[in-house]
Amino acid sequence: MNTESLMKHAKNIRKNIIKQVSNAKSGHPGGSLGAADILTVLYFNVMDITKENAHSLDRDRFVLSKGHASPLLYAVLAEKGIIPEEELMTFRKMNSRLQGHPDMNEIDGIDMTTGSLGQGLSASVGMALANRLEKNSHRIYCLIGDGEAEEGQIWEAAMAAGHYKLDNLCAVIDENGLQIDGKTSDIVSPAPFEDKFRAFGWNVLSIDGHDYEQIYDAFMKAKKMKGKPTCIVAKTIKGKGVSYMENEAGWHGKAPDAELTEVALRDLEGN
Amino acid sequence: MAKATREAYGEELARLVAENPKICVLDADLAGSTNSIKAAKVAPERFFDMGIAEANMVGVAAGLAASGYIPFASSFAMFATGRAWEQIRNSVAYPHLNVKIVGSHSGITVGEDGVTHQAIEDMAIMRNITGLEVYVPCDQYETKAVIRHVAQSGNPCYVRLGRSKVEDVFAEDYEFDITKINVLRRGEKIAVFACGLMVQSALEAAEMLKKDGINITVVDVCAIKPCDEEGITEILRTHDTIFTVEEHSVTGGLGSMICELAAEKCPRLVHRIGMYGFAESGSWSELLHEYRLDGEGVCGQIKEKLEM
Repeated sequence: MNTESLMKHAKNIRKNIIKQVSNAKSGHPGGSLGAADILTVLYFNVMDITKENAHSLDRDRFVLSKGHASPLLYAVLAEKGIIPEEELMTFRKMNSRLQGHPDMNEIDGIDMTTGSLGQGLSASVGMALANRLEKNSHRIYCLIGDGEAEEGQIWEAAMAAGHYKLDNLCAVIDENGLQIDGKTSDIVSPAPFEDKFRAFGWNVLSIDGHDYEQIYDAFMKAKKMKGKPTCIVAKTIKGKGVSYMENEAGWHGKAPDAELTEVALRDLEGN
Repeated sequence: MAKATREAYGEELARLVAENPKICVLDADLAGSTNSIKAAKVAPERFFDMGIAEANMVGVAAGLAASGYIPFASSFAMFATGRAWEQIRNSVAYPHLNVKIVGSHSGITVGEDGVTHQAIEDMAIMRNITGLEVYVPCDQYETKAVIRHVAQSGNPCYVRLGRSKVEDVFAEDYEFDITKINVLRRGEKIAVFACGLMVQSALEAAEMLKKDGINITVVDVCAIKPCDEEGITEILRTHDTIFTVEEHSVTGGLGSMICELAAEKCPRLVHRIGMYGFAESGSWSELLHEYRLDGEGVCGQIKEKLEM
């Protein structure tokens, strides 16, 4: 793992998140920035997806269950060369492939249509069952928001994944502690995740979601785990990298104006 | 031979699952009742009981379809469509994934379980979802033809089945075109469109009316969506008074579909026979009698509208 190169990718990805949301004048920057390091490691050091195999099922796949972090997924796919970087400026506009929430039929490399919270983990369970039927060694990854885990369907899917012992499935909980109305601990707390997922039959790992070594190690441990799906509980900072967005619930689904966009890009450049 | 459409479903799915290694079967703890267990026995490795969690079952089916499989996900019509409506809309229909939702025990004839289990809104809520096909077969042979059709169609769909036994409407060797209506009796002036179990009632009503010298046309409408616009419009054009009969709320289902088509293509007076509110517990035959959806009830309702 080349940390320096990962940092470079993550910086570009974060800048492109800000540019997309700013240009679209809407979208979800906070949760996108917070999960950028996790997805950078996943797409550049863990999954076997490339521009060439993006159209195929014959590879690892990723489901963005927290579909509102679409600017992050689009920025990652651009960084991988799967979509042209200039296309990012069409995000959320008419006639764009880059819908507000990801559409699997628009872009090779988007593995599931998501956006309605709580549904991505179930689809991931279906994909993991399919891989088992196919007897292939591809893995399914799923990113879930901590607020999203207030949806009951997450726990139905967690129960099924544990029951079916889907060791080819790895979920990551992006635990930034914030949701639209405030702190998850003040709304309806879904924590602690570790005990809950363990009780549902999962292998559970807790990490700092901004530490590349820890992120990579967790994915590698998950890969080695037999007989259980793995849940990586990643503590993250919502808005990570942009001074005024960090740990601010208000930046969940709001675009910065021109001036604040400049500040954000400067912050990220200095990172 | 009388057979429930759900039984025919299990038999046909068992045949298809043996034939096509891409078909898999999901259920939500009702595999014995929906009859999906018959297919599960043939290919246990492709059967997934998802437990009493319909929303997750539909999502898992979407994931299997996104991986090239053809999942049939069954439960009671109430829960398969009602509990999982938004999953069907967002995880199945919007991405156009090849998932087959099969709802058994539809309508009031689920019987003694009562109102909580009597789906009389499922056609309405499935029909409204863009890209989702809806089929309501009337006997065992039509059910088997529908299941064969949807297994190879590549489209997401909802198939509505019943609990109680139904007499055969078609002969075993009838060649179905599942996209078309089937005119079962040709009469004059009055036409009845029916689907599912109500095809029996419509046919019985037609026999009774014949004794009064009234010869009505009876049409089986299995393809609710997309429907046979041409065939239905032709019936509308050649008849004066139209009746629809469905074991479903009169809003949103077959009656609404015929009214919409009549309004746009060929205005006719349409009388909708069906459910106008919740029913209650009872045996299926008692319920059909009470809510006037058996042959006698349908005949009586037609006569009243005709002021006979």
